[in-house]
Amino acid sequence: MSDAAPAASGLAAPRAPVAIDGAARSRSVLRRYAGRNRLAVLGAGLLLAATLLAALAPWLPLADPDTVATARRLQPPLTPGHPLGTDEFGRDMLARLVWGARVSLLAGVATAAGSLLIGLVFGVLAGYRGGWAETILMRITDVMMAFPYILLAIAIVAGLGPGLRNAMVAIAIVGFPLYARLVRGLVLSLREREFVEAARALGGRDRRILVRHLLPHLISPVVVAFSLDVGAKILATAGLSFLGLGTQPPTADWGSMLATARQFVVLRPHVALLPGLAIFVVVLALNLVGDALRDLLDPRTRQS
Amino acid sequence: MALFLLRRLLLVGPVLLGVSLVVFAVLHISPGDPAEIMLGPQATHEDITRLRTELGLDEPLAVQYARWMGRVLQGDLGRSLWMKRPVLGEVLRRFQATVVLAASALLLSTLGGIALGVLSAARRNSLLDRLSALASLFGASMPSFWLGIVLMVIFALWLGWLPASGMFAPYGGGGVGDLLSHLVLPTVTLAAASLTIIARLTRSTMLDVLGQDFVRTARAKGVRESFVVVRHALRNALIPTVTVVGVQAGYLLGGAVLTETVFAWPGVGTLMVQGILARDFPLVQGCVLVIALGFVLVNLAVDVLYATLDPRIRRE
Repeated sequence: MSDAAPAASGLAAPRAPVAIDGAARSRSVLRRYAGRNRLAVLGAGLLLAATLLAALAPWLPLADPDTVATARRLQPPLTPGHPLGTDEFGRDMLARLVWGARVSLLAGVATAAGSLLIGLVFGVLAGYRGGWAETILMRITDVMMAFPYILLAIAIVAGLGPGLRNAMVAIAIVGFPLYARLVRGLVLSLREREFVEAARALGGRDRRILVRHLLPHLISPVVVAFSLDVGAKILATAGLSFLGLGTQPPTADWGSMLATARQFVVLRPHVALLPGLAIFVVVLALNLVGDALRDLLDPRTRQS
Repeated sequence: MALFLLRRLLLVGPVLLGVSLVVFAVLHISPGDPAEIMLGPQATHEDITRLRTELGLDEPLAVQYARWMGRVLQGDLGRSLWMKRPVLGEVLRRFQATVVLAASALLLSTLGGIALGVLSAARRNSLLDRLSALASLFGASMPSFWLGIVLMVIFALWLGWLPASGMFAPYGGGGVGDLLSHLVLPTVTLAAASLTIIARLTRSTMLDVLGQDFVRTARAKGVRESFVVVRHALRNALIPTVTVVGVQAGYLLGGAVLTETVFAWPGVGTLMVQGILARDFPLVQGCVLVIALGFVLVNLAVDVLYATLDPRIRRE
């Protein structure tokens, strides 16, 4: 056994003394981490830019996204007045992309949050209560996972009727088993830990134990799952819009822009390529940030 | 093995029941009266009443479900309101096209994914390995329908190498060669994401297996490296891959809906979307039911294959 070995594995690398206060320490961890993971920083930057553009769309010097100008339809990019060209109704592509970002980003975050909420309730109930509640909730989850999830979302939209709100409801419902399983597994193992037992022995009520002792432990794995899920939800919403089951015209949304642009792809590929590129870049950024968050918050995967 | 098969078959029952409940629910979760929705705003009161009776909507839900189930078990999926034909025949005809597409995508993603995974593991940190890592990141982030459009623009419109849409050429087509040339772009589009997932998983299990003692022993005996990789490591690494391939098979069936729409592939996915937009509920139910059944069968097949590959599963 040599004393100089640990650096090789990285696992037992000597740590800086923990004398510094918590905030400074997490800052230094972040900085070290950012230095190592430039891609994640790039992703975070792209995401921030997209969010800012979307949030500030009404105040930006953009053309109106819904103004039709048939005389100037399907102009190529770099046309004066239309930096990214125009679509089949002569509407400004840049304005539609920026306004579409509002719909797509909001839909992604809202549907993921919806799934998270349903899954959290199901998972905590199933994991903490056990018994018949667990059996029923988990069987529902199993049956939902027995469907290809885009198919199930389409089926729900078929029942509710096409439209952005219904598509979002469908995607949120279809996405909850992911969270339910994750949370149930975590709660099952936490339930047996000593600190929960101690809280119970001290006379803590279930509600208090759940909120004060269990929930804090769920935050970081759930945040990681959420950050990776938002991208998947943006893809799913765009997919439904692409099929004509989500956003309805004339509202701009990246998926529906792609859908209508498909007919004009022969004449002007940019009308179809740009909205898809926007989806791709944003989802890529989300995945980069999500991966980095997972590495940061879950020490088990940090080395790999 | 027989016992395993029996137990696995018994599990199919509850899943099918769940699937049927969901498909039945499709018609009944709609906030309004399905008959009104199907007929549109101009329908007269008599029309709506007639359709309600025709669909059995005036009876209790449990009775409706039992009736519907009974008919489905006899192979009667109802009549399409839009095409005025029995749903079953139409759906099955279209399902063949979907199976052709999903199967060829599964073949490409499995063979391509395993090959790429093995090569990346055998030459770790090589250019190929890095490119495959990049591809998997892209694969998870790229909307498949957009990839389809990009491929179509490049290979069909600009280069003119491949047909842009459909399953056969409208005139003088119909042969195997014609089908294959139409199949290339949709297959690549559908397979891309799955291929990268399978490749990453195969790579990581291969790396795991290549670090184990029996591999070192094989190398120490002087077995050729290619033989070690393929015969010793790959067979062991394949087990988790098979599970993922099964999951991916299901996604390919579901994801085919989007790819079919991009390439106007005459499959059950495009039929379903047309059905939804035409508010043709029996048709939509038929499509969902057939795809879901296909998914259940694929999962069954994967589990059996899994048990064949890994004897430990059978005894659990």
